[in-house]
Amino acid sequence: MHLTVAGHDTYVYTGGRALVPGQPSILFVHGAAHDHSVWALQSRYFAYHGSNVLAVDLPGHGRSAGAPLPSVEAIADWLVALLDAAEVPAAAVVGHSMGSLASLEFAARAAGRVRKVALLGPSVPMPVSEALLDAARRDDHVAFELINGWSHSTPRQLGGNQVPGMWMTGAAMRLLERSPPGVLFADLAACHAYAAGLDAAAKVACPALLVLGERDLMAPARNAQALVTALRDVRVVTLRGAGHALMAEQPDAVLDALRTFVQQ
Amino acid sequence: MTQPKTHRFDTLSLHAGAVPDPTTGARATPIYQSASFVFPDSDHAAALFNMERAGHVYSRISNPTVAVFEERIAALEGGVGAIATASGQAALHLAIVTLLGTGQHIVASRSLYGGSHNLLDYTLPRFGIETTFVDARDLDAWRAAIRPNTRLLFGETLGNPGLEVLDIPRVAALAHEHGLPLLVDSTFTTPYLVQPFAHGADLVFHSATKFLSGHGVVIGGVVVDSGRFDWDAGPARGKFPTLSEPYRGFHDMVFTEESTTGAFLLRARREGIRDFGACMAPFTAFQILQGMETLPLRMAKHVANAQRVASFLAAHPFVESVGYPDLPSHPDHALAARLLPRGSGAVFSFSIKGTRAQGRKLIESLTLFSHLANVGDAKSLVIHPASTTHFRMSAEDLRRAGIGEGTIRLSVGLEDPDDLIEDLSRALHAAGKTKP
Repeated sequence: MHLTVAGHDTYVYTGGRALVPGQPSILFVHGAAHDHSVWALQSRYFAYHGSNVLAVDLPGHGRSAGAPLPSVEAIADWLVALLDAAEVPAAAVVGHSMGSLASLEFAARAAGRVRKVALLGPSVPMPVSEALLDAARRDDHVAFELINGWSHSTPRQLGGNQVPGMWMTGAAMRLLERSPPGVLFADLAACHAYAAGLDAAAKVACPALLVLGERDLMAPARNAQALVTALRDVRVVTLRGAGHALMAEQPDAVLDALRTFVQQ
Repeated sequence: MTQPKTHRFDTLSLHAGAVPDPTTGARATPIYQSASFVFPDSDHAAALFNMERAGHVYSRISNPTVAVFEERIAALEGGVGAIATASGQAALHLAIVTLLGTGQHIVASRSLYGGSHNLLDYTLPRFGIETTFVDARDLDAWRAAIRPNTRLLFGETLGNPGLEVLDIPRVAALAHEHGLPLLVDSTFTTPYLVQPFAHGADLVFHSATKFLSGHGVVIGGVVVDSGRFDWDAGPARGKFPTLSEPYRGFHDMVFTEESTTGAFLLRARREGIRDFGACMAPFTAFQILQGMETLPLRMAKHVANAQRVASFLAAHPFVESVGYPDLPSHPDHALAARLLPRGSGAVFSFSIKGTRAQGRKLIESLTLFSHLANVGDAKSLVIHPASTTHFRMSAEDLRRAGIGEGTIRLSVGLEDPDDLIEDLSRALHAAGKTKP
């Protein structure tokens, strides 16, 4: 469905089902230079199992208009506006990578709007290497190649996709290539600059879930330890062998972790 | 600067898509010869059917062995995924019917495999899909043939049998200018010689019967999606309702919303393979995978042998012409050097300075070249197109496709090239001595 959020046309994938007033809602927030389609399997499951699904394309991403938002804090505020536009009072929020930072900040800023928060592949802080930032700044394709190389665990670099017939790293690369010029840099710069993660974590009142990839090179699992300490009500699921591309590498394990957490 | 981590072609040929079997540790890809797969529970079953979970349900739709082949060819082509089919012909059909319906139109190169020509010229019109055939080299003809109801441009990387080199970058640019995808048959070249997606093509299909497998013991095909074409934006908007509008046959799924880069493959699997059913058998996929492990080695040898044989024929007094793009005499020699730097494959045609009877004598005098209707085997093959693969075409169409009475097509195998040249030399001598 399309909504107008902060003056811009915004696309929200609803998992193939219309929103039903009164149903619990779950909001999915993608990572840098991605869009709603990274949540295809998980979001569709929830839509067909009693939840309203809102898998957003952030501004400037996918089918949504506007410029990419300049900071994690701005994305968090935009998520509040999105729920307002969708007339959703509160939602469980699930974010991946950059989306996990925005979800964390959202949960800290708007406690009443977030029932639960699941952070996939988080890192606080989330420093981005100068080489990657520089390539992204120049819209150099190497930036996509670096991300694709670091986002998938070594075994998955050679395939073994649970989705029959799909070449995982090829699909990931094509999705990155679909992002307009400047979007990846804006997203990475926002991640790099975000310094309030632990303060935000200390303010989060709702239950939190961390889903970590054992072999995540983009956001190594050890980088989440400070979050574990700072969050009040937190559980951690570490996916054995998984890289940063958690939803692609282990879609069922991600879904199972989210089901257990969100539906409890 | 840190180098991006990627695996190279030879490594992908051996490994892409395959993981050691988690149950047995088998290193070779197992043949999952099972029609269907047990569901852990009812909820999981429903989730598989509704695309909420990934996995295999029934081997017409997908199969673990076949999926390894699909991943491998997608990796080698630089695509997002693939769907294996019962034959190359089924792959072409799947690509077309996923995108087009009655009242729509294709612009295709005139220089096509006879089977593709049959489908487009004789069969699809019965289902309301028309094709205009154009000279593969004439970009103006491509442009002039595009109509408001055109939905696809289609050509072969190397035309059959004249080996017209498709100018993929220019034809793709023309297609995209009109919001249309370019479909390329890359059977003759394989991704070892050219990756059409790198030059702008949007969809690629293969007859995997040929060089991909290389052993001539299977019939199979595959269609690969680049994931680049935006089916619902710019000049393409509104042209592909099968992908961009709700599909009643799958819970009103809008495939372009479901998958940003894999909409075509989603529809092709959820409708085309499901309903038309031209799937690949697991044993076939296993055999093709065995061949693909040596694809780079074989293609390099195929090309080296073909270049030797073509040069020999070009210098032979009884040979009128040799249509091989690696020879400077071929009209597309410069284009081939640009698009096919590793060589122009191992299938080419030549014409003798003789009659049809002398051509027949030549073919029948060959001992290493097998006279049959196939290409891309490890063994060398020969055929007379005008009386076999292209026999349904009119004399005028044959002429325009560059096929003469004396045209002979070779598929150069992996034998010692000196033996192949000796075989051809003997046969040419015998043909020359035959009464015209």
